[in-house]
Amino acid sequence: MNEHLSKSSIDASAGSPDLRIDSVTGVDVSLRIAGIGARAYAFTIDLFIRSVLSSAWYAVSALVYNGGRGLETPLEASPAWYLLVVTPASALYLLYHPVVEVLMRGRTPGKRMVGVRTTKHDGALPGTGAVLVRNIFRIVDSIPVMYGVGLVTAMLTRNNVRIGDLAAGTVLVYDHSNVELPEYPGERTLPGGLDNASAEILDELLQRWPTLRADARHHLARRVLARHAPDVVPAEDDASLRLQVETLLKGARA
Amino acid sequence: MSKAGREQALTSEFMRRADSWRQAIERIRRLSTKRTDDVEDALRVADDYRLLAHDLARARRLAPASRALEYLESAYAQTHASLRKTASHPGYALWSLFRDQIPAVVHELRHYIFWVTLLFIASTVAGAWLVHTYPNLIGLFASPDLIATVERGELWTESLLNVTPSSVLSLRILTNNIVVSVVAYCAGLVFGLGTFYIVGLNGLMLGCIFMFTAQHGLADGLFSFVVAHGCVELSVMCLSGAAGAAVGEALIRPGEGGRAKSFQLAAMRSGKLLLACVVLLVGAGIIEGFVSPNPDFPLWTRIVIGVGYWLFMVALLRGWLFGRSRSTRAVAV
Repeated sequence: MNEHLSKSSIDASAGSPDLRIDSVTGVDVSLRIAGIGARAYAFTIDLFIRSVLSSAWYAVSALVYNGGRGLETPLEASPAWYLLVVTPASALYLLYHPVVEVLMRGRTPGKRMVGVRTTKHDGALPGTGAVLVRNIFRIVDSIPVMYGVGLVTAMLTRNNVRIGDLAAGTVLVYDHSNVELPEYPGERTLPGGLDNASAEILDELLQRWPTLRADARHHLARRVLARHAPDVVPAEDDASLRLQVETLLKGARA
Repeated sequence: MSKAGREQALTSEFMRRADSWRQAIERIRRLSTKRTDDVEDALRVADDYRLLAHDLARARRLAPASRALEYLESAYAQTHASLRKTASHPGYALWSLFRDQIPAVVHELRHYIFWVTLLFIASTVAGAWLVHTYPNLIGLFASPDLIATVERGELWTESLLNVTPSSVLSLRILTNNIVVSVVAYCAGLVFGLGTFYIVGLNGLMLGCIFMFTAQHGLADGLFSFVVAHGCVELSVMCLSGAAGAAVGEALIRPGEGGRAKSFQLAAMRSGKLLLACVVLLVGAGIIEGFVSPNPDFPLWTRIVIGVGYWLFMVALLRGWLFGRSRSTRAVAV
């Protein structure tokens, strides 16, 4: 399998280089490589998750062990203290990445939330061996502090990879598996001369409706209605305005 | 019809295929989450792959900045990954790893194992000679508490079980040993120098401390403590050192694929040996926690356990425990 780099220009990951993989069909697979920003963001989320899990285990098990009298280490701690309280809490924190990545084939909750995933250079999911080697080399990537070596390596390497990725032959790429297709005019006849590009804009506006500021979404909705449904009077309230946009996209005016 | 009109018509016609893309990606999701055993689905994926490739090529020309293109790129990449995914047989993979792959790695790394073992032995002898010739040098390798205990005529190992229970001791020791092994392997990244440093330093410390205890008439006691777990523990130190040395040499003398590819191949290959080391260290840690500090075990029992576990290690690394024989090896070659 060959791979080469090119520049691409769609969405938030625009500007990132692409990993292009030859395929038997003659049409190459294109995967956008995640940079150190996405990498650090995913790591921070995972750090938060494992810290919470580890602390929660410690707190609950220490309370149970101490009979609800506090979280302190007992003066004469028995093996049960180490085996049921300290060890599982440490294991949750230290083994989170290798265990979760093996179970989720190179993904973690943090990576999922950021929209990135680990892949091999040929586009396949990484195997258990690759995931374990990738995680073993965290020891090197994390020195001297705050993943210093890993960050510098990711900045200097062509595919923005840390040493663990170099050892395992993996790359962190953006995952667009949650992209949904809007209903295109080609699939259903719509009034107002709605073309494919406008249909995508409308669909995206509806998807982002809850996250946009009210004045911004109302402004956008009115402009869209003025252009594609000039005879419709834009509603004043939020819910009705949204319904008008949805109706326009579905092609059945109220 | 104008060129722009024709393009618009082509694009609209093209977008009519969106339903078949949705069905394709739905099928891939079903297959990848194992919610279906439908043979029909599995067979359709190959057709989907061709369909998506065809439509992706058209989308790259007709709709270069559209969500349709993004959707198709994603669907095509998911189908590609799904088709390249090997069948998952965890039990067989583990069996094959221990029966064929680890013995093959041990065979490939035999020269590294030999030289790293020699380095370890040489540094142990050097450590013993240093303390024998310059007794004050023990201060560089042992803590003041340890030195004071030995000078009182006692071994620090005698009171281990009074301070810490066996189970906790085992857990601490095996964790520490696994970390040392992993660090020795990763340190190969510094062109092998880090690995040599760790192996050399451990050998030097072992030699120094043995000579120091011998000077105070306690070497027999220390040998009695070490023999049950040490045979495997020290061998594993050499094995993980050999794995690190292989990584180092891949960086110093890369093959035709370049330094990065060579490093990756060496790291993945040696990593399998490291897994065997971890398994062996768990056993060594249990012995060190429950047998070594327990005075109820006589010396001959300790020797039997130590040698027996070492033979178990050899059998594990040669694949004999998993049915590997000379004839199997010949077939594998």
